[in-house]
Amino acid sequence: MKYTEEHEWLRLEGDTVVVGITEHAAEQLGDLVFVELPDVGTTVAKDDEVVVIESVKAASDILAPIDGEIVEVNEALPENPQLVNEDPTGDGWFFKLKIEDKSVLDEFMDEEAYNAFIE
Amino acid sequence: MAELNRTVLYDLHVSLKAKMVPFAGYEMPVQYSLGVMKEHLHTRSAAGLFDVSHMGQVILRPKSGDVADAQRALERLVPVSVLGLKEGRQRYALFTNEKGGILDDLMVAHYGDHLMLVVNAATKHDDITHLTTHLSELCSVEPVNDRALVALQGPAAEAALARLVPGVAEMRFMDVAKFDHEGAELWVSRSGYTGEDGFEISVPNDAAQGFAEALIEMEEVAPIGLGARDSLRLEAGLCLYGSDIDTTTTPVEAALEWAIQKVRRTGGARAGGFPGDTRILNDLAEGTARRRVGLLPEGRAPMRAGTLLFDAEDASEPVGEVTSGAFGPSLERPVSMGYVPTPLSDAGTKLWGEVRGKRLPVAVADMPFRPATYKR
Repeated sequence: MKYTEEHEWLRLEGDTVVVGITEHAAEQLGDLVFVELPDVGTTVAKDDEVVVIESVKAASDILAPIDGEIVEVNEALPENPQLVNEDPTGDGWFFKLKIEDKSVLDEFMDEEAYNAFIE
Repeated sequence: MAELNRTVLYDLHVSLKAKMVPFAGYEMPVQYSLGVMKEHLHTRSAAGLFDVSHMGQVILRPKSGDVADAQRALERLVPVSVLGLKEGRQRYALFTNEKGGILDDLMVAHYGDHLMLVVNAATKHDDITHLTTHLSELCSVEPVNDRALVALQGPAAEAALARLVPGVAEMRFMDVAKFDHEGAELWVSRSGYTGEDGFEISVPNDAAQGFAEALIEMEEVAPIGLGARDSLRLEAGLCLYGSDIDTTTTPVEAALEWAIQKVRRTGGARAGGFPGDTRILNDLAEGTARRRVGLLPEGRAPMRAGTLLFDAEDASEPVGEVTSGAFGPSLERPVSMGYVPTPLSDAGTKLWGEVRGKRLPVAVADMPFRPATYKR
């Protein structure tokens, strides 16, 4: 698993990357009450705002960590945003991106580096 | 920024792993380990303990020794029948200004030889100055600085508190009474700000932590932060001073005319005689151009304070604005309140709220969104 400075995690599955937010981020945000996902088939560029989330406290955006095409979104989230709090790195994933070049993941932090980053 | 105050329960909050945030000049717990959503639901299903020691407690003591003189004096500042308040009872009131705007909302309790006021934290210094300026000839205005204030709210509140203070079970909604608990004098009211049955308890500083711990140790009681306090009061349709009401809103615009008893209205024995009486009595007779209403967004996106409201999806100018909005955990949907033109204030009226540039449907709704469970 790789991690961004925006507190997203990225997990490679074949030629797609699954994206979610870290446990640390979920804890900081508090209980999620709203999730708006992008349309499947959308082509996104790094740093595009692709997901809107709202916690009990405030709204924030999830940015595309890399360029790619949205090939799947977690349909369970809009009805049950709390999945993100309950299982941020599992059932609480947000979307899957199809990527051309796996090496783009190399620039991101590994778990050790991320843990140091949030210290 | 000035240094933040701490309530006498600060150490307890920290030991309970509260997330502390600045609020009205105090470091206050916004949530504990349960989180806002579970804290909210726990209060509705069992009992929640809130530290509200940041709020102002003020004693109004008549210089004549006759409490009716203090009651009459306070009527100069509120459009409320204070003289009609009986010993052992409490009532909601509003400080108004010369323009009919609201300076603060408060509770007034009658304790026999004095009145006890509970006012908002952010406004307490101004309130005390206001009281002193206008009433000090007739009353001594005594800020209570040696007591904490906690609220115990929810269907299990009575059973929990009665274990420590058996007499509270006899109280009805808005009763007040003093009790002894292990040598500490408690000032208890059967009230709160969640829409639930419950109590607010003023406890001497040196007994406060032990008292709060004795409650929290009980199976049904959990500590609850300001986050859930806000969603609870919102579902109950109760105003947050500074958001839903302030100096720019009048009591009738705010749909708080129920707090103005007949005796203070035109034709009543003590009509008027409070700041802004001309405007407020006129509002009562003629109605107002705008009203505070409940709002239920149709989708799942919360419409928070500041969300502009439109009477058509393509209207160019907003007709109103949301003043409070959040997800309502008990209703499992977003809820808001705000101001709209009176012709658009009937329940069921369809409006649009603009969220992130999109117009989303929202319906005017009756409040409270969830019926209160007070023990009347």
